[in-house]
Amino acid sequence: MSYSDETRARLDKDAKAILARYPKRRSAILPLLHLVQSEDGYVSPDGIDFCADVLDLPMPEVSAVATFHTQFRRRPGGDYHVGVCTNTLCACMGGDAIWEALRDHIGVEDGGTTRDGTVTLERLECNAACDYAPVVMVNWEFFDGQTPESVKGLIDDLRAGREVRPTRGADRVCTFREASRILAGFSDGHADEGPSAGPASLAGLQAEADGRKETP
Amino acid sequence: MTLTPVLSRQWGEPRSWTLDVYESGGGYAGLKKALAVDPADVRRMVQDSGLRGRGGAGFPTAVKWGFLPPDDGGSRYLVVNADESEPGACKDVPLLMASPHLVLEGAAIAAYATGVHRVFIYLRGEVLHAHRRLLKAIEEARSKGYLGTNVMTSGYEIDVTLHAGAGAYICGEETALLSSLEGFRGQPRLRPPYPAVEGLYSRPTVVNNVETIASLPGILTWGTDWFRSWGTKASPGHALFSVSGHVSKPGQYEAPLGITLRELIKAAGGMRPGHQLKFWTPGGASSEILTAKHLDIPLDYEAVDEAGSSLGTRGVQVFDETTCVVRAVSRWIDFYRHESCGKCTPCREGTSWLSDALRRIERGKGTKADVDRLVTTCESIRGRSLCALGDGATMTVVSSIERFESEYRAHLRGRGCPFDPRETMYLPSAAGKGGA
Repeated sequence: MSYSDETRARLDKDAKAILARYPKRRSAILPLLHLVQSEDGYVSPDGIDFCADVLDLPMPEVSAVATFHTQFRRRPGGDYHVGVCTNTLCACMGGDAIWEALRDHIGVEDGGTTRDGTVTLERLECNAACDYAPVVMVNWEFFDGQTPESVKGLIDDLRAGREVRPTRGADRVCTFREASRILAGFSDGHADEGPSAGPASLAGLQAEADGRKETP
Repeated sequence: MTLTPVLSRQWGEPRSWTLDVYESGGGYAGLKKALAVDPADVRRMVQDSGLRGRGGAGFPTAVKWGFLPPDDGGSRYLVVNADESEPGACKDVPLLMASPHLVLEGAAIAAYATGVHRVFIYLRGEVLHAHRRLLKAIEEARSKGYLGTNVMTSGYEIDVTLHAGAGAYICGEETALLSSLEGFRGQPRLRPPYPAVEGLYSRPTVVNNVETIASLPGILTWGTDWFRSWGTKASPGHALFSVSGHVSKPGQYEAPLGITLRELIKAAGGMRPGHQLKFWTPGGASSEILTAKHLDIPLDYEAVDEAGSSLGTRGVQVFDETTCVVRAVSRWIDFYRHESCGKCTPCREGTSWLSDALRRIERGKGTKADVDRLVTTCESIRGRSLCALGDGATMTVVSSIERFESEYRAHLRGRGCPFDPRETMYLPSAAGKGGA
């Protein structure tokens, strides 16, 4: 393992906190893999080694779990993981057009990373926001109701280092590593930012209120 | 038409996710009531309410709890299934973002009712802000004594742990979820034994969907008659309907079970201007597609079954006449191919065969034999795998061929897709704007 002593000590401290959440050690594997991504930006060989060491498992057992999941990167990627939903509903509503526009705009294919190392592009399956279609995710924050033009602008902002704000999320998009740390179960203090709900989530409430007005 | 905002009632309030706002709306009153009575009384109330699981199968919640063996002094667990990833389902994530305490209160009630002290919430990893909100809500609830070693001074202990998934649809299947939570690849297990008997770490485990759990505080607070005042006798209560696609106002519509698509579309401002309904799914990509003929069937478990589909997660995806049914189904099947865990051959291979054939047909390279092969492949998948993923994949294939065979034929022999994909594109006005 090539982590410095200092890094290893820091990771050990986090791992201890993660292990304390579970009755059995092995259950900590997913949060530990998220932790590794928060350190290295992907599931590195060092990270696999670290998880195996902490969990007292053979490395292939850790790899077998890591490779089962789409959120674990197998190679280094950009600071911003941009996902375009191209499942049926989003695809029809504009997801396919967004995907094509974006791919051409930054010149990378599915899973590829821009040369400047800022953006990794991925086709996504459904991200549970169909009422906001077409949906794009950046580091697992929602960018609802997108168009090819809006997403090109979004990518340009990310690549230029400008702050980017999700439609339902924190005030600004954090980095992939920071996002991974939250998924490892460590709060970042931004829970109180963003709206309670977006407009589509409130559509039923609105319709109910309108209905009451009509029938006094 | 009635809409019944219960779970969604506070979503429009500023800072709805905080404990202060939740308490000001009567939050944790249901837990207080539960703790004042015997756990068996809570179970009886849930049984009397007729609450059925909101995660897709519609199994009666109290019956599921009833499968737990008697207390043997060892650990038992409650796992809240928040791995929402069925295409079309998008209700649990907004619920967790806006009202995480509703889920925590429900989890505490369920834990108390079933004799559980350890709760895990398995939340899909791809929804970062829901993680932030839930992590914070758990801290708040602990600090105010709604969770912890002495819940609301009852002496009862409940510990809740948030567990992030990492991208795998199959982990929403309850036995796969448990494998994943134990630290293995998320592959389904043979049943029996059911999780109630041998679940997490081979101990008795209750697995309930987020919305099921969130329905408990209302039942405890306002009673079973209140809950049963909505819905039908066999499918009582309120439920979130996620309406998406070619309607003017897609969104979450909380309504009594038994509401119709016609009523939902009306609530959603109608179809997009100038267009007509072509087909829809009542329960996401794993339910048979229905058409305008089915506008008036009551959306409860029984009536949708009778119409040849299933209510599932109430992921109501609405498509108008500009949408190519072959393209829609082909893309859904790509999803199943991608998400099949690979354990059972009929599902692993079958979804690939379906996907290959559909892609050929969509590109105009298919033949009549390909359409026939779709049907026979579906027959070979159905009922031949450990879990419902493979079965789910076949639903839209078979039903779309039954209902739109001529459209499949129109693609064959080099003709290709007769639809212009640009015409299906639609950005409803509210989709991208800020909210409350």
